[in-house]
Amino acid sequence: MDVQSLTYTIVGITFLIYIAIAVWAKAGSTKEFYVAGGGVPPVLNGMATAADWMSAASFISMAGLISFMGYDGSVYLMGWTGGYVLLALLLAPYLRKFGKFTVPDFVGDRYYSNAARTVAIICAIFVSFTYVAGQMRGVGVVFSRFLEVDINTGIIIGMCIVFFYAVLGGMKGITYTQVAQFCVLIFAYMVPAIFISMLIAGTPIPQIGFGSELVDGGGFLLDRLNGLHEELGFASYTDGSKPMIDVFFITFALMVGTAGLPHVIVRFFTVPKVRDARISAGWALIFISLLYTTAPAIAAFARYNLINTVSNQQYSELPSWFKTWEGTGLLAWADKNGDGAIQYVKGDPFAGKPAFTGETGELGQRLVSNETTTDNANELYIDRDIIVLANPEIAKLPAWVIALVAAGGLAAALSTAAGLLLVISTSIAHDLIKKQLNPGISEKSELLSARIAVAIAIVVAGYFGINPPGFVAQVVAFAFGLAAASFFPVIILGIFSKRMNKEGAIAGMLTGIIFTAAYIIYFKFVNPGMNKPEFWLFGISPEGIGTLGMLINFAVSFVVSRLTPAPPQEIQELVDSLRYPKGAGEASAH
Amino acid sequence: MEQGKLKEYWKINLSYLISLLVVWFVVSFGFGILLVDQLNAIHIGGFKLGFWFAQQGSIYTFVVLIFVYVALMNRLDKKFDVRED
Repeated sequence: MDVQSLTYTIVGITFLIYIAIAVWAKAGSTKEFYVAGGGVPPVLNGMATAADWMSAASFISMAGLISFMGYDGSVYLMGWTGGYVLLALLLAPYLRKFGKFTVPDFVGDRYYSNAARTVAIICAIFVSFTYVAGQMRGVGVVFSRFLEVDINTGIIIGMCIVFFYAVLGGMKGITYTQVAQFCVLIFAYMVPAIFISMLIAGTPIPQIGFGSELVDGGGFLLDRLNGLHEELGFASYTDGSKPMIDVFFITFALMVGTAGLPHVIVRFFTVPKVRDARISAGWALIFISLLYTTAPAIAAFARYNLINTVSNQQYSELPSWFKTWEGTGLLAWADKNGDGAIQYVKGDPFAGKPAFTGETGELGQRLVSNETTTDNANELYIDRDIIVLANPEIAKLPAWVIALVAAGGLAAALSTAAGLLLVISTSIAHDLIKKQLNPGISEKSELLSARIAVAIAIVVAGYFGINPPGFVAQVVAFAFGLAAASFFPVIILGIFSKRMNKEGAIAGMLTGIIFTAAYIIYFKFVNPGMNKPEFWLFGISPEGIGTLGMLINFAVSFVVSRLTPAPPQEIQELVDSLRYPKGAGEASAH
Repeated sequence: MEQGKLKEYWKINLSYLISLLVVWFVVSFGFGILLVDQLNAIHIGGFKLGFWFAQQGSIYTFVVLIFVYVALMNRLDKKFDVRED
């Protein structure tokens, strides 16, 4: 079979599995719908959490980003794993003991305030929506490249699949589907990595391979890569170029943001016991680490392969993948010096993204109309997102591996989208309708409104996937900063400080989120020309500012709470009861 | 459970948290970021040590930290009889 029909077959089989699981795990009560009945075993919950967590960005984009950023890419590796330590140690067991469905539930009850609950609901919905739109886009990209359908058709197919199992199964359906999706995505990620590690470094373990000597005798891979980078004018691969303070702040914001994301936290309400919540985070991190420790290896292999394949090679002699990806517009070559060979060095080949003229040059390359830059000799434009997807082709792996990567990318995007959609629907049906608007609502109507909320959320998310507003891509990264500056301190203080009261919490959340949002909006939208290190506060980029927002939140909460009355006695007793596991009932609505 | 014992349980829990979080901070922010240049002078195989901590070592440490915490707390829960049945 050719790549095309293999891809259809493998993707088709995985979709059938997801749908069969959804039918089997149909939710019958609100409890099953919101928290899977609270009865998911920790290992499976860990897998589901891992699939939920690893989005299209982790699967498709991350290794590509690291490949181009080198050491600087470590912010994603540490940032998106270190948060699980905070979750397991500081949040998950206590929130599980608390025993409600959602983060706004906790905030509302602990701070005896509907205003605090409302702020939390708005943050949860905002964070989840920005995130989910990016996932739908990821689904569209994979469909359009591998199934060769229009990107919008791809998004609609993806919407239908998610619609089916999220509306029917709720958290229960989603959790068991995510277990299957995790298996698909990790297999799809590891197989090409192992193949390539064997080819380049002669060991099947990529984590060891990228610190090994090259099979062809050129010394250690990373040393060779640093040498190539120096030759071509790039920053050293293992040193990077970001200032240390910025690396520090971005990593911290990503870690704390991870621990504050509602769709991650809700996972720990689905296990039977407090000690299961602790170990669930451990299992989740093991499963996540499989991919996250492989990604930097893929990044280094891909970088080496890419430079070796294209640098100073004649265009006419390049392998066929180069032309395939040139066809998608994610790769472009402008022969500035007219020598027919590709010069790949530091700098932008031309201004902006390639605008193809529709004509081809004498060697068959697609011509671009962009104004070429004259301050550097670089001739190659390459989109970072293609690294993982093109990697199997660059390494000349068999067709079924390429098909597998497509199914893995879809599994990553769909599982994350489903988890986020559930948080949105729970926020609306449970936190908003049941807790605020209509407390007398029956179980059956609540379940129905939760299903309707998922359906509407899918349609809205799909709309943004098809018509992405320019800001979506930029905002996704900032969801972490906002979560770090708002949720994380309120939850931590709610557990670890009995003295923390509602005045402190609300003041802290508002100053944290307003400061962070204002800084981001100023540099990204109001005055993007000034988005440079010399204008940043203490040299911290908008990506890392959430860390400072979090510190401000902590400080303001502390000061305000000391100036206002202590919380009522029953709240102090509630905090006491969170602190030891015994007597944790099942997660419940009341 | 009586207040005194609960206080002691909580104090031990906090001391576990502090020691584990110190390791968490030192390995990732210390070895991987603040001291990365100094550690990069040391080579282990083809890896510079600081770079290895930033892209591999810190992640392995995170996993170990969680499982150590789980083991410590399970023991503590039993000792203070606050374990769920």
